[in-house]
Amino acid sequence: MAGEAGNEALAFHPMDQFKVEPLFDVALDYFAVSNVTQWMGVTVLCIIVLFVLGTGKRAVVPGRLQSVAELAYSFVYKMVEDVSGHDGVKYFPYVFTLFIFIVFSNFIGLIPGAFTTTSHIAVTAVLAMMVFLFVTILGFIKNGFHFLGLFWVSSAPLPLRPILALIELISYFVRPVSHSIRLAGNMMAGHAVIKVFAGFAPLVLMSWIGVAVTPLSILAITAMYGLEILVCFIQAYVFTILTCVYLKDALHPGH
Amino acid sequence: MTGDIVQMGAYIGAGLACMGMGGSAIGVGNVAGNFLAGALRNPSAAAGQTATLFIGIAFAEALGIFSFLVALLLMFAV
Amino acid sequence: MSNTATTLSTATDAAASTAEAIAGAAETAGHATESAGMPQLDFATFPNQIFWLLVALVIIYTVLSKIALPRIGGILADRHGRITRDIEAAEKLKTQAVEAEKAYNHALIDARNEAAKIVAAAKADIQADLDKATAHADAEIAARAAESSKRIEEVRAGAVASVSDVAKDVAEAIVAALGGAADAKTVAAAVAARMKG
Repeated sequence: MAGEAGNEALAFHPMDQFKVEPLFDVALDYFAVSNVTQWMGVTVLCIIVLFVLGTGKRAVVPGRLQSVAELAYSFVYKMVEDVSGHDGVKYFPYVFTLFIFIVFSNFIGLIPGAFTTTSHIAVTAVLAMMVFLFVTILGFIKNGFHFLGLFWVSSAPLPLRPILALIELISYFVRPVSHSIRLAGNMMAGHAVIKVFAGFAPLVLMSWIGVAVTPLSILAITAMYGLEILVCFIQAYVFTILTCVYLKDALHPGH
Repeated sequence: MTGDIVQMGAYIGAGLACMGMGGSAIGVGNVAGNFLAGALRNPSAAAGQTATLFIGIAFAEALGIFSFLVALLLMFAV
Repeated sequence: MSNTATTLSTATDAAASTAEAIAGAAETAGHATESAGMPQLDFATFPNQIFWLLVALVIIYTVLSKIALPRIGGILADRHGRITRDIEAAEKLKTQAVEAEKAYNHALIDARNEAAKIVAAAKADIQADLDKATAHADAEIAARAAESSKRIEEVRAGAVASVSDVAKDVAEAIVAALGGAADAKTVAAAVAARMKG
């Protein structure tokens, strides 16, 4: 094979970027320091830099970092207030934590070579299950047995109600599944597509046809990257706004 | 040989699953297009409905992501 | 899985080098099937990920809810309060300015009225003085005129008297010159009669 050496050096699997590996030569158990730890640590550091050091001066006329922090604060605050109502504001720190963690993980995952923590079902499933359990328990605490009224659509004709109740029940339990897979799937899909295009980029080193393929694939990578920047934000936004919607259902199950 | 046939089925299945992504693309386009049509009719009400727009897009898109996931599972995990 | 990839590449091996290279690229896409499929479904990595995720979330939640969010909320409330206060102060200053302007206008109108009053009074005074002076002057003029006419009358009377005297003398002299003896009494009567006529 002519391009054997180049092939071997440049060959990579589009899913390889999602591999979880221990950083040191240890078994991958609970406490092993892995690349997950590394990139989550970067995320936490960035959040602390932005929200603690950035707002340290408490300036009335904000600097750059403080403006961004205030913008994020008001953005999420307004979202919680608009969607969940005034009694949802109590849970604002929780929603804000979710939003900030997801948005930072997504964007840090876009750095070439970085590991995207939110592209893993394990991570997003935990996030979604936390929301699901939190909302369900909160619903029962706040409304008691009335919370089940969420499934009994009183505006529908009586014979339809049991069927609707079944559908509502199923859709309620599908919530965490779709909630988590939407985020992980979006992140994974975008990154995998970029890697697939990247796999075609070095073709110019192997054959003349690469003259046409390589610029195309680099263009495609650039375009996908732009789309990914959009998707990173929108998915964090969607995750958060769905959390707010579920929170609203828990606080006011009547409507 | 049997492995190859299984593989072939898996790849064909993955390709078929990708058609679902086209469906979700139509869905997302529908949501966004109808939102735009409504927003142009009544621009003052549009700003308050962007959250609804994104929720709608997210739901439509989720189904496409599911089919993409099925394709990935067929390709790499079966 | 890897079988297919290898069969694929062995098949293309025989073909031209172009096809070979494409197969190589395609192989990169379908390559490491040796690694067990999707890393997302490798359940062995789940405990590690979940553990570190929980650690990260707890840190973020603690830092945000204990330090960052109260601080940012405080900053925003502060700014909001300050802006409201500033607007209130500006509003107050504005009302003060409006009041001051009103007072100024009031004072201006008062001053104008006063000035008009003073002007009118002065005018009236002057008019009265003028009237008085005019009356005085008129009276004086009338007195002088009366005096003058009296004197003219006197002069006239004097003149008439002296004319009759002169006429008498002249008549006497003429009579005397003509040789007549003129009786003074007759001459006077004749002159008076002539003078009348």
